[in-house]
Amino acid sequence: MTAVRLQTQSLSVGYGERLVVSDLDLDVLAGSVTAVIGPNGCGKSTLLRALGRLLPARAGAVVLDGKRIDRTPTREVAKVLAMLPQSPQAPEGLTVAELVARGRHPHQAWYRQWSPDDEEAVTAALKMTGMAELSERTVDELSGGQRQRAWISMALAQGTDLLLLDEPTTYLDLAHQIDVLDLVQRLHREHGRTVVMVLHDLNLAARYAERLVAMKDGRIVVEGPPADVLTEPNLLEVFGLDARVVTDPVAGTPLVIPIGHLERAAFDESHAKRPMQTRRERRTHPPRT
Amino acid sequence: MTGSTGSTGFRLGPVSGPLRWRPFVVVVVGLGLLVLAAAVSVARGDFPIPLGQVFDVLLGGGQRGQRFIVLDLRLPRALTGLFVGAALGVAGAVFQSIARNPLASPDILGVTWGAGAGAVSVITFAGTLGAVDGTMARVGVPLASLAGGLLAGLLVYGLAWRRGIEGFRLVLVGIGISAVAGNFTHYLLTVGDVTDAARVMVWITGSLNGRGWEHVVPVGLALALLIPAALVGTRLLGALQFDDDTVRGLGVRLNGARSVMLLLAVVLAAVATAAAGPVAFVALASPQIALRLAGTATPPLLGSAVVGGLLVVVSDLVARLAFGGFELPVGVVTAVLGAPYLMYLLVRSRREARV
Repeated sequence: MTAVRLQTQSLSVGYGERLVVSDLDLDVLAGSVTAVIGPNGCGKSTLLRALGRLLPARAGAVVLDGKRIDRTPTREVAKVLAMLPQSPQAPEGLTVAELVARGRHPHQAWYRQWSPDDEEAVTAALKMTGMAELSERTVDELSGGQRQRAWISMALAQGTDLLLLDEPTTYLDLAHQIDVLDLVQRLHREHGRTVVMVLHDLNLAARYAERLVAMKDGRIVVEGPPADVLTEPNLLEVFGLDARVVTDPVAGTPLVIPIGHLERAAFDESHAKRPMQTRRERRTHPPRT
Repeated sequence: MTGSTGSTGFRLGPVSGPLRWRPFVVVVVGLGLLVLAAAVSVARGDFPIPLGQVFDVLLGGGQRGQRFIVLDLRLPRALTGLFVGAALGVAGAVFQSIARNPLASPDILGVTWGAGAGAVSVITFAGTLGAVDGTMARVGVPLASLAGGLLAGLLVYGLAWRRGIEGFRLVLVGIGISAVAGNFTHYLLTVGDVTDAARVMVWITGSLNGRGWEHVVPVGLALALLIPAALVGTRLLGALQFDDDTVRGLGVRLNGARSVMLLLAVVLAAVATAAAGPVAFVALASPQIALRLAGTATPPLLGSAVVGGLLVVVSDLVARLAFGGFELPVGVVTAVLGAPYLMYLLVRSRREARV
């Protein structure tokens, strides 16, 4: 029985008058990689921000290691949980080393602003992400992928074993997306980090997460191993997406192939007698871990 | 030991922190220049005193006449300038770090104008325009100035707040509040007596003329208290330079931290304004000059203080001596220096690229 690290209990959150997430229950198990997927505006990022206590709960609660997160001092939370927002901003001219060093903030005090522990954590984080050589460059002169790795280094320097990543692959080209997700996978496998991330790309989510949480209109529609979540009926329900699901020839995870209206017309024509089946290619692959 | 962060750690008992060489050198060299500039400022004037004798007097020697000129006339003026500049420099550095915008400084954001309006109201309603004395000058003007500055700061902060503070909106709202406070000040001038109004005009330009110890003491006191407070807050300021989500993710109580630091900056700016009037552009330019000299991403606090002090002392020297017998208010000189710089900033801020 694995321990629940992070949990929402009938959680409702929103902005202003509007509730974006309502009455949501989610368990994040220790040592797992969870990806939250869903259409734009379904509340994925809102959920993640609530998990990272960046948004207060309207009702219900977020529970971290058995304690309500809103009743735990924010600094204590920061020692256990690190969050990388969707588009983090740093001042122009800040070097990677300085950025990553700021990740040590929760461990410092006004009289102890820099300790050997800090130095060690920063060096280790830079090494883990392969950013050590670039540590004297400024964040603004990095490429998108390098910049994302710099921010992840900062979250790592925070020294937490829980990482929340809000769309860590946005604005990156495919090679850099894989690069960042490989890093996340390594953090999980080699360093035992528990990761919750919001991802847009379903195929990458299926590959890199053990557990998918599919959301729509602020609720969880279905959750479980990728093979159980990424099915043709589920895709239709959650995304309104007409798609076929086959087995990813590389990873063995589900691979979503969307069907546009032209393909749909062509397909139905050639199979006039026999409309497209909702054939399931699910041979229940065990999720890669 | 130089580590991956390009800095050396320092340790003083239980106190430890990162130490970077360039900002440190800037502060030390700047302090040296500051002492020199202040000494020159004390030495030069209608009765020039050799520089060596200035130091003699400061150390307790010198002739009686020299002692009077140095200690009662020129030193308070130089010190007021130095303190005012330092206070404005630190205030600007805090504002710019938090707003993440080089345009955000107490003079652009209306804080100094608010403080000015507060001070001018007291001067006007106390009856003797521009020449308030006694208790009113010592307590009333600084307090009114503080109240005006706080009020303006609060208004800007409140009006610019939309689920967080965004640099450019803060600047726009600030420009609006500046205009309101500036116009209120001018309204007060039309209410007041014509000859006295002329003297207030000098005051709102920012002037060190006739500054005595009664001006030195409040600013000095504020600096003695608030600069250490700001230094303790350096770490907080370092965290506040990011976007709101990142800051809170680091375990910082965002609104509390930001409010405390801004309050501190507003008090510094207001006290400085009470002493010398709203000396233009010092709070805007010194942090950015210090930042470039020190090679840091956000304005260094001590560096900004030293550069601010230098800027005001040297500008005052120029204002006093460069135009023959005619003495200009220091604010005219800083404005002439600062205006092109502001234009440069405005042109440059259009390419604000960052992720």
